Amino acid sequence: MADATRRRAPYLLSLPALLIFAALLLVPLAMIVGLSFQAYDLNTGRIEGLTLGNYADTLGDSYYHGIFLRTLGIALATTLVCILIGAPEAYFLSRMKAPWRSIFLIVTLSPLLISVVVRTLGWALLFGRNGVINQVLAALGLASGPIPMLYTVHGVIIALVHVAVPFMVISVWASLQRLDPRVIRAAQSLGASEFTIFRRIVLPQVAPGILSGSLIVFALAASAFATPAIIGGRQLKVVATATYDEFLGTLNWPLGAAVAVVLLIVNATIMLTYNRIVERRYSRFAQ
Amino acid sequence: MSRNGPFAVLFHSLFVAFMLAPLAVVMWMSLTPSNLLSLPTTELSLRWFRAILGHSQFLEAFWFSILLGVIAATIAMLLAVPAALALARHRFPGRDAFVALFLSPLIIPHVVLGVAFLRFFTQIGTTGSFIGLLGSHVLVIFPYGLRLVLAALTTSDPAIERAAISLGASQWTVFRRVLLPLMIPGVAGGWMISFIQSFDEVTMTVFVATPSSMTLPVRMYHYIEESIDPLVASVSTVVILLTFLLMAIVDRIYGLDRILVGKG
Repeated sequence: MADATRRRAPYLLSLPALLIFAALLLVPLAMIVGLSFQAYDLNTGRIEGLTLGNYADTLGDSYYHGIFLRTLGIALATTLVCILIGAPEAYFLSRMKAPWRSIFLIVTLSPLLISVVVRTLGWALLFGRNGVINQVLAALGLASGPIPMLYTVHGVIIALVHVAVPFMVISVWASLQRLDPRVIRAAQSLGASEFTIFRRIVLPQVAPGILSGSLIVFALAASAFATPAIIGGRQLKVVATATYDEFLGTLNWPLGAAVAVVLLIVNATIMLTYNRIVERRYSRFAQ
Repeated sequence: MSRNGPFAVLFHSLFVAFMLAPLAVVMWMSLTPSNLLSLPTTELSLRWFRAILGHSQFLEAFWFSILLGVIAATIAMLLAVPAALALARHRFPGRDAFVALFLSPLIIPHVVLGVAFLRFFTQIGTTGSFIGLLGSHVLVIFPYGLRLVLAALTTSDPAIERAAISLGASQWTVFRRVLLPLMIPGVAGGWMISFIQSFDEVTMTVFVATPSSMTLPVRMYHYIEESIDPLVASVSTVVILLTFLLMAIVDRIYGLDRILVGKG
């Protein structure tokens, strides 16, 4: 009797959360998959009948090709920049002395908790034609005319790096914490140079951290909405903003649903494959 | 470990400047006495903060977001505490699947959740209702709360609970006298982080919010879409200061670096 209660206990304890997840996650996701297979009549705006047409439109149409490719390019560039600046920053942070380390860790990571809309507004103020960066450049005589940054791909990438780079720092930081300082001291005592220590000891240890950080950064950048919408404007569409337009602008919900399902599948596939590669290659490093 | 060289210090300074620049510029811009977007250099003014009081759209959205965040974080923690107890103190078939399901809102793009909720609420006829918005927020903030309570439970020793039972404590006494005190920092920190996540959420909410149920970030997003002026900078400054205040509280009760780095 007591044994049966003990067996049932975890299910009973999880039950309220499970019910919420079934009703508010599994059912809506199933509905959106179902909707993506329904036909939409452009003239009457009615939804009826089953079709694969929305997927044919999403995957075959050059308009959507362009949007998917642009999103992929932006997400890859954001990931690359995050590796190049986030990984060294985590390394330098880990070498700081006691009070500074946690102070600067909080300083670099706390923007994470501030609304993306607020942070993107900051970039919009910096980027504008008469924005802060162009005013400073003009005052210093460094630029002959305003440099376009708002409504450009590189502007979107810079703002997305700001949103996503804390995750890279966290991830590399976590893998650096597992680095045994005695190994480094041993290498030093054996006459290894700073560079050799970095290349032969630090880098192999943080590689899994860089890979898992890239995963988070890529997923964030590929599905970001507010940043590309504000910095990219109406012309520079990415998958998330295009989905928004189908749902709340042109009202072709089945097509928007198909775009969302493709985004979900592409995102999930990349993350799972990547995860598998990381696990296979670095299983001996992973905790 | 060895000290950072001059290159490391320079790199780090530039990195910190990059992280703080957009926030600093928003706060600086909000103090402009001008009608235009020009950084104040000669005099500072609080007129754009007073102007917020004249814009009921921001005030209403602000209080709506606070109310939504408080209720959503409370419900999420009420669901997360028993789930965390089950996951941390029991080994049972399906446990891994439960963990994957409960953490999945972190992995699913919020834009996908947004369209899924929009379709779902339209079908069941609750578009724009507070309950619908509340449910969607509970779902997306749940993993944050769960992780913190789990971390608090897994770092404690289950032997303490066994000792209490062997000394004759009832299940309820064990929960009240042993588990609850262990969980309190995790629950309080988790509530705060859940509240901040709810208060900040925009990508999913922009799909399900209607003019009668508009959160502050969504209101600000629609405003910025139309035009950027010093008013939205002053509203943003209020949001930044409020977030810093909450972060300071979280730091006192749980340790901000523990939450941000995710180590319990």
